[in-house]
Amino acid sequence: MDALLLARAQFAFTVSFHIIFPAFSIGLASYLAVLEALWLKTGKEVYLNLFKYWMKIFAVAFAMGVVSGLVMSYQFGTNWSVFSDKAGPVIGPLMAYEVLSAFFLEAGFLGVMLFGLERVGRKLHFAATLAVAAGTFFSAFWILAVNSWMQTPAGFAMNDQGQYVAASWMAVIFNPSFPYRLVHMVLAAYLTTALVVGAVGAFHLLRDRQAAGARTMFAMAMGMILVTAPIQILAGDAHGLNTLEHQPNKIMAMEGHFESHPDGAPLILFGLPDQAEGRVRAELAIPKLGSLILKHDPDAPMAGLDTVPREDWPPVPIVFWSFRVMVGLGLAMLALGGFALLARLRGRLYDWPLLHRFAVLMGPMGFVAVLAGWITTEVGRQPYTIYGLLRTADSASPLDAPAVAASLAAFAVVYFAVFAAGVFYLLRLMSHPPHPGETGAEELGPIRTAGVTPGPAAHIAERHS
Amino acid sequence: MSGLDLTIVWAFLIAFAIFAYIVLDGFDLGVGILFPAFGKGRPRDVLMNSVAPVWDGNETWLVLGGGGLFAAFPLAYAVLMPALYAPVMAMLLGLILRGVAFEFRWRTVRAKWAWDLAFWAGSLVAALCQGVILGAVLQGVQIEGRAYAGGWWDWLTPFSLLAGVSVVAGYGLLGATWLVMKTEDDIQARARRLAWPFAAATLAGIVAVSAATPFLDADYARRWFSFPNVLATAQVPLLVTLCAAGLFLSLRAAREVLPFLFSLALFALSFAGLGVSLFPFIIPGRLSIWDAAAPYSSQLFMLVGAGVLIPIILAYTAYAYWVFRGKVGHEGYH
Repeated sequence: MDALLLARAQFAFTVSFHIIFPAFSIGLASYLAVLEALWLKTGKEVYLNLFKYWMKIFAVAFAMGVVSGLVMSYQFGTNWSVFSDKAGPVIGPLMAYEVLSAFFLEAGFLGVMLFGLERVGRKLHFAATLAVAAGTFFSAFWILAVNSWMQTPAGFAMNDQGQYVAASWMAVIFNPSFPYRLVHMVLAAYLTTALVVGAVGAFHLLRDRQAAGARTMFAMAMGMILVTAPIQILAGDAHGLNTLEHQPNKIMAMEGHFESHPDGAPLILFGLPDQAEGRVRAELAIPKLGSLILKHDPDAPMAGLDTVPREDWPPVPIVFWSFRVMVGLGLAMLALGGFALLARLRGRLYDWPLLHRFAVLMGPMGFVAVLAGWITTEVGRQPYTIYGLLRTADSASPLDAPAVAASLAAFAVVYFAVFAAGVFYLLRLMSHPPHPGETGAEELGPIRTAGVTPGPAAHIAERHS
Repeated sequence: MSGLDLTIVWAFLIAFAIFAYIVLDGFDLGVGILFPAFGKGRPRDVLMNSVAPVWDGNETWLVLGGGGLFAAFPLAYAVLMPALYAPVMAMLLGLILRGVAFEFRWRTVRAKWAWDLAFWAGSLVAALCQGVILGAVLQGVQIEGRAYAGGWWDWLTPFSLLAGVSVVAGYGLLGATWLVMKTEDDIQARARRLAWPFAAATLAGIVAVSAATPFLDADYARRWFSFPNVLATAQVPLLVTLCAAGLFLSLRAAREVLPFLFSLALFALSFAGLGVSLFPFIIPGRLSIWDAAAPYSSQLFMLVGAGVLIPIILAYTAYAYWVFRGKVGHEGYH
């Protein structure tokens, strides 16, 4: 394999692993803030128990997000040095803002949130939780500004060294696809978290329908999905229209439109896109629906990839299928929300095993949908790193295939070992039901052997007493 | 040329971020390096807890160092990362292993030994690679046009390995003196005993790297030894000697905080010495900070954010340290 393909594989591998954790921690940080707020407001023990239960899970997921994200901040230079040199003056400052406004905020207050409840008191602790949640959102804001600029570059000029430089920072940050991508991704993070929380609640309800913590988290999660899933579908539709305007090639690949349709394009439900032949085999399509969805007019003409030079085509089969996976899962989430509403109306939210099984099945599907969505948008941007401006082939470092191959292999081994262990620990934490008197991270979790230090919190509490 | 000033401002800001990273993650990587010297069970738990609330913030300075270099000196970032490919990748993998160990080792009894091992080995590899990276930058990097033009093993020389081992020794010293400050009784006594050999090795490393540096490049020798520079630069070895004496005396007097402060001072002086050698180059003899600088608009845009946010970051970082001040877990289950 050539070095370019290996470098792409390495970036795809590390970024795919990485996105899983922020997708979860953005939503979970907000959920923790809501739980702590409810506890402070109502004084009900169940919210504090749930807070501590999910905080332990958050700590593990967050640590994996931090270390896998650290890798990303160096991979631009190691594997994409030409891109870094050319685009650094525009996207570098946005990433610097992410570090300054988000990473430090999260990291600085995470310690207080995990270990400090006894040390700083309830109000300051809640402030720390809010700071962590705000940090996760700021992080999403800046990194999505970077990604969106690579998709729909705006507000820039070229200098005489061949670098992109900002002409207007507002135009760079609020580039045409940024608002859509930000809304779509933050909603995706909330949905992903709600699906996980709902699945854990459902799992424990299947064992014990009276479990108080499980009931509360299941009801909260189903409510969240009921509200968020339809909004997400609308946001996704708006994002698609925006993509049609600014990245038409990507839409052609998503739709499998190799040919132009002068009087209304069909919606291809399923098929086998053949990149080499430029057609979709075994196609199952609804006539004119594609134009109706994308142009709001069944007879509107739509150009296909036959209007685009071949060297500018994205890999159609990948984009075509990842898009369908994402949409299919989105509809399944909508169905789960609807099912839960029905159960609530019939008073059977906590004792309808079919609903609970469905919720458990949907638990990991948010992650799958997030990955499928990112594959759609990133592979759909190919063959460019900066859409329409800088080709991927012209972005790479002066790479030697063996060096990239060796590091890719090392990443694969370490990631599979580390993240498999992490996911195992997460699942084990989730497999215990939340119970009254839930321990916090400062008490080092239920698995710790007796006789270990109780951590800093107990000590200060004692010293100050 | 108002851009000129901002380039210097950003050089100092990036240098500050790197220095903050070195001393902050230095002591918690050092704790990892010393891990096997402490008994399983409670001593290691105390070691871990002494850095658990702050390690994440410490490591963020490395992200700022990398991200800041990308943003403020994109050409230097684009040249250095391919040049340092192997040590950077190894450092990242080391940091992954030790980072997750903070959470994972509490989540298992059966495999705790594996995460203890990962914590030690990850810390050691990360420290070694950071020293190797330092050595590789000092010895110079080949450039053609706007890209790295050397081979994949250029970074590996006796000098870069010397720098790597020196940084491991230095982080070990920071870790040991941090533990002297944060722990008590048998753990503190062991940390104090460990501080002696690591202090000796650190000083040997400082002397060896300093002695070898002027031979790497005539420019280094000129910056250090030409008149009148020498009047200023001669103060650095003098102060190093004083700090070394202070370090050993304070260790012998069983002081708790002073050894850590003297170790920090040694790092500050070494870092200042590196600054004297390199400035105004970011890649020795090839790229000055002005050659590599981002355009004025990028520098200015970031400076607005940095000017507001860095003081705030320093304030809440100080707050987090203050919240977790004092000795770690000495009451146990009293």
